[in-house]
Amino acid sequence: MAYQPVFANEVMTGGNPIIQAESLDKFYGSFQALDNINMSVHSGERVVICGPSGSGKSTLIRCFNALEHHSAGKLVVDGIEVYEGSKQIRKLRQEVGMVFQQFNLFPHLTVLENLTIGPMRVRKVPRAEAEANAHRYLERVHIPEQADKYPSQLSGGQQQRVAIARSLCMESRIMLFDEPTSALDPEMINEVLDVMVGLADTGMTMVCVTHEMGFARKVADTMIFMDGGQIIETAPPEKFFTQPESERCRAFLEQILEH
Amino acid sequence: MSSRILKRFHWLDVLIILVLVIFAAVVWYRIDGALNYKWRWEIIPNYILRWNEDSQSWVANVLLQGLITTLRVSLYASVLALILGTILGIARCASNLAVRMLARTYLEFLRNIPPVVVIFIFYFFLSEQLVVAFNIESWARGIARSEDKAVWEFLFGDMRRFPSLVSGVIVLALFESAFVGEIVRAGIQSVNQGQREAAQSIGMSRWQQMRFIVLPQAFKRVVPPMANQFISLIKDSSIISLISVQELTFKTVELVASTRAIFEAWITTALFYFLICFALSMLFRRLEYQPDAR
Repeated sequence: MAYQPVFANEVMTGGNPIIQAESLDKFYGSFQALDNINMSVHSGERVVICGPSGSGKSTLIRCFNALEHHSAGKLVVDGIEVYEGSKQIRKLRQEVGMVFQQFNLFPHLTVLENLTIGPMRVRKVPRAEAEANAHRYLERVHIPEQADKYPSQLSGGQQQRVAIARSLCMESRIMLFDEPTSALDPEMINEVLDVMVGLADTGMTMVCVTHEMGFARKVADTMIFMDGGQIIETAPPEKFFTQPESERCRAFLEQILEH
Repeated sequence: MSSRILKRFHWLDVLIILVLVIFAAVVWYRIDGALNYKWRWEIIPNYILRWNEDSQSWVANVLLQGLITTLRVSLYASVLALILGTILGIARCASNLAVRMLARTYLEFLRNIPPVVVIFIFYFFLSEQLVVAFNIESWARGIARSEDKAVWEFLFGDMRRFPSLVSGVIVLALFESAFVGEIVRAGIQSVNQGQREAAQSIGMSRWQQMRFIVLPQAFKRVVPPMANQFISLIKDSSIISLISVQELTFKTVELVASTRAIFEAWITTALFYFLICFALSMLFRRLEYQPDAR
C-alpha cells in the first residue's frame, strides 16, 4: 500500500520518536494481523488507536512491549530494537507499562503487594521505598484506602485503577492501554477515564486502544484508525472527528458516535 | 422431580441394612465353622504395645514400630515427591522441547509400568547405587554410636536401618513424583495466560513469573488433588515392604509368620491404615472448607 502517514506531531515536538515502527507485518499462520504498519510516537505524545474489532490494534500495541512479536519490519521502542529473542526485552518492558482489558491483577496478592512486587523483584527497590511509592500512586488513582484488600474485594473500576497504579509504580516512561474500559460496567468507566486524563496531564507518553471517543477528543494529540491490519488514517483529533479522509473511517465513526 | 435428602431411616434402608447384616453373619459362620479358624484377638494388643520389665515402661512392639516407620517414610517421601514433582511439573510446561520430552518420557514410563516393577527397578538400579556412592551405610553406623544419637533416632528410627529407610523414601518419592508432577502441571496450566502477560509486562523474568505469580496460584488450586495424592502415597508405601523396609506391612508379614494370627494381624493393620488415611482426608476436607481462604 502506498499510503504514507502524516505525523502531525513531528513539527510539534521534534526530536527522535520514542516508538518508531517501520513496515511492520505480523502473521498468525496465513492470517495477516498487521500489514505494513508505519507510525511513530514522540515523548509526551498521546496517541489513541481505534478501529473495528479484529483490525489489529491490540496486536499492534502488544508488539510495543513484546507480548507479541512482529514477523517483518523494524520496531524501535525507547531506543531498544524489539525482536524475538532480544536480550533487551526485559529492560524494555520496565520502561513500557501495560494496562489490560481484563485488569490481570495478581489475585493472590494484596493491592499493595500487587504494586510493590514489580519494583521490589525487578527493579530491586527496597521495600520501604516501594511501599511509599505504591501509596503515593494509590493516592493518585484515588483509592488510597484499599491498599490491604485483595483484588477480588474491589469493583472492576477500582481493579483497573490499581492496574494503572501497578504500571505507574514501575516508573515507566510509556504507558500502553489495551481497551482499558471495555470490560467495565458503564458506571465505572468514568472513574478509570478520569485517572487516565489525569495521567495525560502529567505529560506521560500514552498509546491507548479505546472506543471512548469523548476521552480521545479530550486527550489525544494523534488519532489513528486501523482496519484489516492497516493504518487507514492518522490525523489530529479535530480533523479526525470532523472531516475524516477515508470512507471506512467515516463509516466507523458514524457507527460508534451515533449513540 | 423433587430431590429430597432423607435424614431419617426409611423402611427400605432398614431392609438393606438387615440384608447386609445377614450376609455378614453367614460369612462369619462359614469362616468360623468351615475354616475351623481359632480367633486369638487377645494376643494382638501385646504386639502393639509391650510392657518392658527392664525399663519398667511401655514400649512399641512390632505393629506400632511398623506404623511409625510407615509414617516416617510417608512424610519424607511426600516432601521429596513434592519437590521432585514440582520440578517435573515445571519441566512439563517448559519452552525447551528437550526438557519437556524428558519429563513426558519419565511420566509415561511410570504411568504404564506396575508400581511393584517400578519399585524394584528403582531399588536395584538407583537406591543401592546411591547408598553405596554416598557411603551412607558407614555414616549411619557412625551416628548410631555417636552422642546425639537420640535426635537422629527420633527422626529416622533405628540408625542401623537408615540405608533401607533412605532407599524406601527415594523409591517411593520417585514413583509418586510423576503423579505430583501431573497435578502441578495442571495447576500451572490453570493459571490464566493474562497473569503471565501482566508479570511479563512489569519486566519479570520467566523464573520470576513462575516463582511469584504462577506457582503460588497454581499450588493454591491443587491443594485438594495434592492432599489425595499424599493419602495415596501412604497406602502405596506398603509396596516398599517388598524391598525390606520395615514398615507396617513388612512387620505384619513377619508377625503373621511367627504367630499364624492371619486374620487378626491383617485386620489390625488394615485398621491402622484406614484410621490414618481417613483421619487425614477428614482433616484436608476441613482445611479446604475455609470460606475466607484465598
